[in-house]
Order: sequence, then structure tokens, then C-alpha cells
Amino acid sequence: MSADGLRRLWAGVVLGGILLGGCSTAARMKDVNSTPPLRSYEQLVGSGRHLLEVDDSLEGFNRGSYRFNYYFDGFLFIPMVRGYEFVLPNYVQGRLSNAFDNVGEFGNLTNSLLQFKLKSAGITVGRFVVNSTVGIAGLWDPATAWGLRRQSRNLGQTLACYGAGSGSYLVLPILGPINVRDASGMLLDTAAASLVGPAALWSGNTVASIAYTGTSAVDKRHRVPFRYRQTGSPFEYELLRMLNSMMGESGVPD
Amino acid sequence: MIRSTLLIMAALSLALPRLVLAAPQSYFYPFVNPYEATVMELPSYLEVKLPDRIPSREFTVHPFPGRQIPEVFWYEDGLTCTLAYQNHKAPLIFVIAGTGSSHDSSRMVKLQKLFYQAGFHVISLTSPTHMDFIVNASGGLPGDSLGDAQDLYRIMELAYSQIRGEIEVSGFALAGYSLGAFNAAFVANLDEQRKVFNFQKVLLLNPPVSLIESVTALDQLLVENVPGGMNQFEVWFKNALLQMAAVSRQMGPVELSCDFLYGAYKRLPPKVENVAALIGLSFRMNSANLVFTADVMNGGGYVVPKPPRLTASSPLTGYALVSYNTRFLDYYNDLLAPSHLQQEPGLAREALLERMSLRHLGAYLKNTDKIGLVHNEDDIILGPGDIDYLLGVFGSRARIFPTGGHLGNLLHPEVAGFMVDFLRAKEHKL
Repeated sequence: MSADGLRRLWAGVVLGGILLGGCSTAARMKDVNSTPPLRSYEQLVGSGRHLLEVDDSLEGFNRGSYRFNYYFDGFLFIPMVRGYEFVLPNYVQGRLSNAFDNVGEFGNLTNSLLQFKLKSAGITVGRFVVNSTVGIAGLWDPATAWGLRRQSRNLGQTLACYGAGSGSYLVLPILGPINVRDASGMLLDTAAASLVGPAALWSGNTVASIAYTGTSAVDKRHRVPFRYRQTGSPFEYELLRMLNSMMGESGVPD
Repeated sequence: MIRSTLLIMAALSLALPRLVLAAPQSYFYPFVNPYEATVMELPSYLEVKLPDRIPSREFTVHPFPGRQIPEVFWYEDGLTCTLAYQNHKAPLIFVIAGTGSSHDSSRMVKLQKLFYQAGFHVISLTSPTHMDFIVNASGGLPGDSLGDAQDLYRIMELAYSQIRGEIEVSGFALAGYSLGAFNAAFVANLDEQRKVFNFQKVLLLNPPVSLIESVTALDQLLVENVPGGMNQFEVWFKNALLQMAAVSRQMGPVELSCDFLYGAYKRLPPKVENVAALIGLSFRMNSANLVFTADVMNGGGYVVPKPPRLTASSPLTGYALVSYNTRFLDYYNDLLAPSHLQQEPGLAREALLERMSLRHLGAYLKNTDKIGLVHNEDDIILGPGDIDYLLGVFGSRARIFPTGGHLGNLLHPEVAGFMVDFLRAKEHKL
């Protein structure tokens, strides 16, 4: 699938999510043919909303994506990451991660401006200039050593700044857990970056575009330590969802 | 001149640590608080040196090939074990993980490397209390000393038959830590009747004496140490996680694994009650995983409806909350004990409780030279009098360290050294 195709798929998924956002799939089902358990929710769990109970009106879809991602991870993504780690020395992996981050500064800049964080915007410009020149096309990151720390800002945060609620929890195929607001933000961020950002340079060239998208995806997966089933819990989906929602509320970048 | 001085200094600096190591040392352990000792990892310069990589591979066994795995466990397909192999004839040691831990948990990987380095083939086994084991390999409700031993024995036979063509084995040994050590004692006892392996050495690392007393103590750590009581649990938990999120900028993204929780705590100013509550929470989460999985696998009626009818996309949040509000003791009283009392007419409740303790094997453990013990005086899973009891049973085959908490000192060179020496010794000298 081409990078454009992928982008279109995500667009469809996100739009679908927003449209379906109003519906509910009725979380607790009553089964008339079975006996209720000895220890029941009503008797043991106090009223009020618990941390585990996150707005998840797309749960059916989300669990489907979660399952898809589990197999995608196991059969394709992780083997690719292992290959990447095996072939490239750690040193080269670090340089590539830096280069992708440098391209990503474009999104940090636009969102800093949209959030009126002028200092962040200034730092981001400084970082991009220093790392693109002294850091040779972003392969090294001298800016951090000079005290210019990376300012991670995305459109999800910008939308939150303007008062958009997080919306339902959303698990996207391949990309993983997020919420509807951040997914819309990510979609627009990606679109903006590929239209006018540095990635526009190679957006006309399909091969370069796929190579860029593919390698940056593998690099991203390589940097996320999460592995399916490492919690050893049958409630891994619930635990991840809770963590995602708590981190989102606190504004901690992921 | 300058160059030769530098060379001498370099040589000295290289030689110095070895000289220090070679000198007889007294046991030094940096954490005197047993809760901190349990949670904090040893600084790497105090840990025994282990190889980075060893030859190993994973393989999967299917003890019940006809078993219909419920759809809610769609990701389960057999029980995975790890084999680390020598390229020459060597003894094979089975290692059993502790409560809720899998064959590839970080502690199991370290033990695997330690035993490999000591010259053993190693097969690492997931704990019978872990979800993967319960779904694929439990013959009944997990948590019963005799039942778990039978399940483990079945897995060991299968695992060995699957890999025996690839390695040359000169004999068998067995080890386990925490609940895995408790399991190992019962497996060793079972092997005396079944005689498939005839274990030459069995090593118990920090086992509980009474399982029920230990799990009660662990659960109390949570209940008694959450500031403001369990009604305030979510406030405390959220706060703790957010603090961890702040430190996670240095550590990488937040995960919900015990290793991560422990790791994050190392970077926070440790408050003893927080650390204790965290140990309790980690135990409660493991126990919730067991309760839910065991109930689904045994037809439901306890925390899920009977029959369960759960699919791959069923929402589990409600069941998760009920399970997290269920203690292991509740599971024992409501499900495990009644099921055994019903299956074995004539079995008294007290006799069942006694069976859930190492005391049940007291005479066997006392008279069997091949079984050794490592423990700590300040281990938080022991009750008053347990250390004296263990000393009385194991005598000179026991090595009790003054500090280390629960398993905190497992890879301390002196602890690891005792383990390796015990396993390698031809005869135990009393």
C-alpha cells in the first residue's frame, strides 16, 4: 500500500470514528440464559466512574483493531524491527531516529504557534536550524546539548488548548491507541507536513515517500517498548486504555 | 616515562577490583528496609556478572491438545517455555517462576543465564498462577499445592520429550523462586514416586512457608498502606502513575508491567508506605488475573456469569473491576477450598490448609539431602517463627542472609555463589 493509500485509510478510520462517536455499543450485556456470578459488579464495585471505565463508545471496533495490531505486530512489525536492529548498529539507529525527529520539528513549530507558545516556537526554529546544519541534516542533535530541548507539540494538544474534549478512546489499525481528538489532529499534522513541510520535498516521488513512511514507522515502533501480552493480564486492553486516558488528561506527551 | 606511569596506573585500576573481589568479603547489601530491598534492583556493580547473550530458543507445549480454548483468550495457543542449551553433555535444570511470572520475565532470564554460566542446560517454566499456564496447562483450579505440582510435572515431561533430541543430558536438577520454590518442593516430592527425573539437586529460593499466610500478608500491604484506606485507592494510584509519567521522560514510555513500576519507583523519593502499597498492588493484580482466568476456564459462576459466554470482543471492564476487588484469600475460601472439600470426601478444612504449607512436606524436606534453601531473615512473605522452622528443617543445607527482603539479593554474588556451589556439589556435606 502506498503512503497516500495509508493516509487515506487512516482518514477513513478517523472520520468513521467521529461519525460513530455518538452511538454506544451498550457496554454491559445481560444474558438471560446464564446465572449471575457470586461476586458481582453491583455488590463489589462502588458507584462513580472508575479509572478503568474510560469512554469507549467504539469498543467493538477498537477491540477488532487491537486484535489486528496484535497479529500485525507479531508477524510483521516486530520481525521488521528485529531485522532493523540486527542490520543497523545502535549508532546508526540513533542517527536515523534523530533525522526523523528533525523532520518532525515542522509539526512542533506549527503547533507551538497555534498554541501561542512563542518561546517553544523559537526554540524549535533554533533546533531545526542547528541540527540541520551543524547536526548534518538532523542526523545528530547538538541543539539538545546546547540547551535547546525538544518541544513536543501536536495538533491533538492544540485542539485540547482550544477546548476540544478528548472524545472516545480509539484504537487505530497499525498506529495503536489514541483518542478521536488526537487522531484528527494527527491526520491534519501529517497532511500539513506532507503538503508544505520538509516531507513535501519527496512527496512527488512514490518510492521515496514509501521508503520514508516505512522506515519512520519501523523507527517509531523500535522506540516504543510495549510488547503485546507483557502484562500477563487478561485485562491488557483495559489497562492500556486506562493508561492512555490518564496520560492524555495530564498533558504528558507520549 | 609518563607513558609507562600511565600504563602502570591503568593496570592497577584494572587489577584493583579483582583484588577486592578475591579477598574474603563480608555480605554487604545496600538496602536495610525489606520493602525497599524487595523493590529496588541491586546496582549493577554489586550484581553477579552474567553473559549478555546465551544460546537459547523458545518452544511451545500443548499438554491438553483437545482443549477448547475460550474465545476471550484468543491470543492463547499452547504454553511457551525457554530452553538455554550447552553444546556438550550437561545436567538439565528446570526453573519455575514466581507468582504471576512467565518464563521470560527479567528475573527468569537472569536465573537462566546464571545456571547456564554454571554449566547447565536450562528450561524456564511459567508459573502455574500465570494466565498462560492456567489456560493451557492447568488440570483444575490453580493454587493447590498438589494439583499445581502435577500440572508442572506434566509440563516438564512434555518439554523434555520435545527437546531431548537436541541436547545431551547427564542428569536433572530443579529450582524455583518464591511461589516457584514452593512448587519445586512439591514437584520434588512427586518425583520420588514418579521417578521420571530423579532430581539430583533441588534449590528453593525464598519460598513461603504457609502459602495462605504469605498471600494474606502481601494483600495486607496494599490495604494497610494506601494513604486514607482503600476508598482512596484510585486517588493514590492516579497520583503515583502521574508521578511515574513525569519520571518516564527519562525512562521512555510508561508501561503497566511490574518491572516498569519498580523501575519508576527507583527514581522517585521512596516513601516506605508507597513502596509497600506498590508490592501489595502488584500482588493483587497478579491474583486478579488468576481469579478471572481460573473462573472462565472452570465454567464461571464466581466473577463471571455461568456459563461465561465471552467472546474476543466482549467488554471486560466490569469483570476486571470485580477481579481487582477480589483477594487471593477470597478465591481460596469461596472457590478453591470448597471444590477440594467436595472432590475429596473426608478431607478436613484444616488438613487442606496444612497441605498449602511446606510443613506438609516437613519430614521429607528434613531427610532429603539433595534439597537446599536460600532465604532472607527480613523476607516480607515470612511470618514470625518461619525462619527458625526452616533452619530446623534444612539445617546446614539452608543459607539465610540477614537482609535482602523478598528476592532483592538474588543476584548478589554471594547469594548466586551459594546457589551455584550447591547445585554443582557432588554430595552435600553436612
